[in-house]
Amino acid sequence: MTSPALEARALRKRFGTTAALDGFDLTVARGSVHGLLGPNGAGKSTAVRCLTTLARYDEGSAFVDGLDVALEGAAVRRRIGLVGQSAAVDEVLGGRENLVLFGRLSGLPKAAARSRADELLERFDLVDAATRAVSTYSGGMRRRLDIAASLLLRPAVLFLDEPTTGLDPRARNEVWRAVRDVVALGTTVLLTTQYLDEADQLADRISMLRAGRVIAEGTPEELKRRLGRDLLRVVVTEVGDLPRASAVLASIAGAEPVVDEAERSASVAVGSPTDALLKAARGLENVPLDDLGIRRPTLDEVFLTLTDTTTEVAA
Amino acid sequence: MSALRDGSLLTGRELRHWARQPATPIFGTLFQIMLLLMFAFLFGGAIDLPGGGDYTSFLLPGMLALTMLFGLEGTMTAIGADTKKGITDRFRSMPISSAGVVLGRAGADLAVSVLNLVVLLIGGLLIGWRVTGGPGGALLAVLLLLWLRFAFLWVGIFLGLTFRSEGASMAVQILVWPLGFLSNAFVSPETMPGWIAAVSNVNPISATATAVRELFGNPTGATGGFFADNALALAVAWPLLLTLVFLPLSARAYRRLRS
Repeated sequence: MTSPALEARALRKRFGTTAALDGFDLTVARGSVHGLLGPNGAGKSTAVRCLTTLARYDEGSAFVDGLDVALEGAAVRRRIGLVGQSAAVDEVLGGRENLVLFGRLSGLPKAAARSRADELLERFDLVDAATRAVSTYSGGMRRRLDIAASLLLRPAVLFLDEPTTGLDPRARNEVWRAVRDVVALGTTVLLTTQYLDEADQLADRISMLRAGRVIAEGTPEELKRRLGRDLLRVVVTEVGDLPRASAVLASIAGAEPVVDEAERSASVAVGSPTDALLKAARGLENVPLDDLGIRRPTLDEVFLTLTDTTTEVAA
Repeated sequence: MSALRDGSLLTGRELRHWARQPATPIFGTLFQIMLLLMFAFLFGGAIDLPGGGDYTSFLLPGMLALTMLFGLEGTMTAIGADTKKGITDRFRSMPISSAGVVLGRAGADLAVSVLNLVVLLIGGLLIGWRVTGGPGGALLAVLLLLWLRFAFLWVGIFLGLTFRSEGASMAVQILVWPLGFLSNAFVSPETMPGWIAAVSNVNPISATATAVRELFGNPTGATGGFFADNALALAVAWPLLLTLVFLPLSARAYRRLRS
């Protein structure tokens, strides 16, 4: 049990002349949530399809729960759950019928499939809708049923491929709650998403993908610290104090701050935020302030920096 | 064994669809009855059979064979819908054998076809069609019809996996008509111009329709010739050939989902 839940080494996958995966590496520790983040076409879905045996990779090696994906596909399929981009449930059948059907197809005996279905309906708050046709479900309910259907066999790894794409904010919250429940049970989750806040909210670690390869990996905090710069920002009470505040910031950062008269604010990027904050507090002792603080870069800023194809990134 | 179990579970899924959405099988059935009545009473009076005989008795076996062809649309649509909605991918990421998935489709579609056959046979009896051959022959006739349907199953799976756009399924829905009419289902090829008669004679639907007519003891509308003399053998051979071609093609198309 010492092997990581998920491991990929130098995966390559080509469609014609384009490389969908171009040396893709990934290690996901057991019990963690790992986010694969990247713009459309970065190779997120291809990575998931390769790791779940839906597609063959051309080169490299991949292991799920210690099993070789290329050689032990059937065993891998018993250890994984997949929630694809479209809710892959039968629309005509009810929620419970879906779960019992998929459970039995997964090899559970009738009674076990039924009790597992009831258990999952309970957990994902679908008991009231259990007998209704899925076509009457809301987007969030459908996704929750989809996730429940992927958990029938208590998989070691759950793959969620853009689970909230196309959902409204409320449904998105429902799905997030469901994912947190899954994690609480000890299941490892690989999540692909284009939404930074989603990765920030759910993932323990994030791999950022560009053109089929991981260009940055780390915890959300590490990525923000490593790739975005902290901003020292001051808001003065009187707009007349703005030049003075701006001068203090400039002396700390060694660069000209950005001044916004309407907001009465000045801000500048700094290397060591705590130090800069202390210096600013001292330097602005006699100036009436509304606010003084460090603003962490958002994951969005990091993402945009990274996915801007003109930026060179040292991995 | 597990493939058989999966197959029967997936057949059960389809039967549940009928129970939940009865409109689909009901309208499918009404359509068949409409077609039967239209040809028997509107066109039938104007059609003379070479070799003589009652047109309704000639028509019904033709309708049965045609229904097997039309079933192909259902297969294609169902396969296409599951693939598009990601249900096929879910199956493929689960510990289910692909044989089980296919057996489920086969079971479900053959069940639909049995229902269609029963409806048409009852409709036929009500408008004067009769079996004058023995019960053994009648049973063999039904088996030959399902054998043809089995062959079209592979054509449907292949088409459904290969051509996934809405337009493609529309095209198939239209193309089954000329394919169905260029046969002896409604009219004897002996009354058609030369080359159309030739096409109609080699149509697999014609072989099954003629064999079924013979086995039911109904008029065949043929006064002789290779295709009439060898109808039974052709009704076995044609579906076998279609299966031999389209079963491997379907398997290949399924594997290609992995590329």
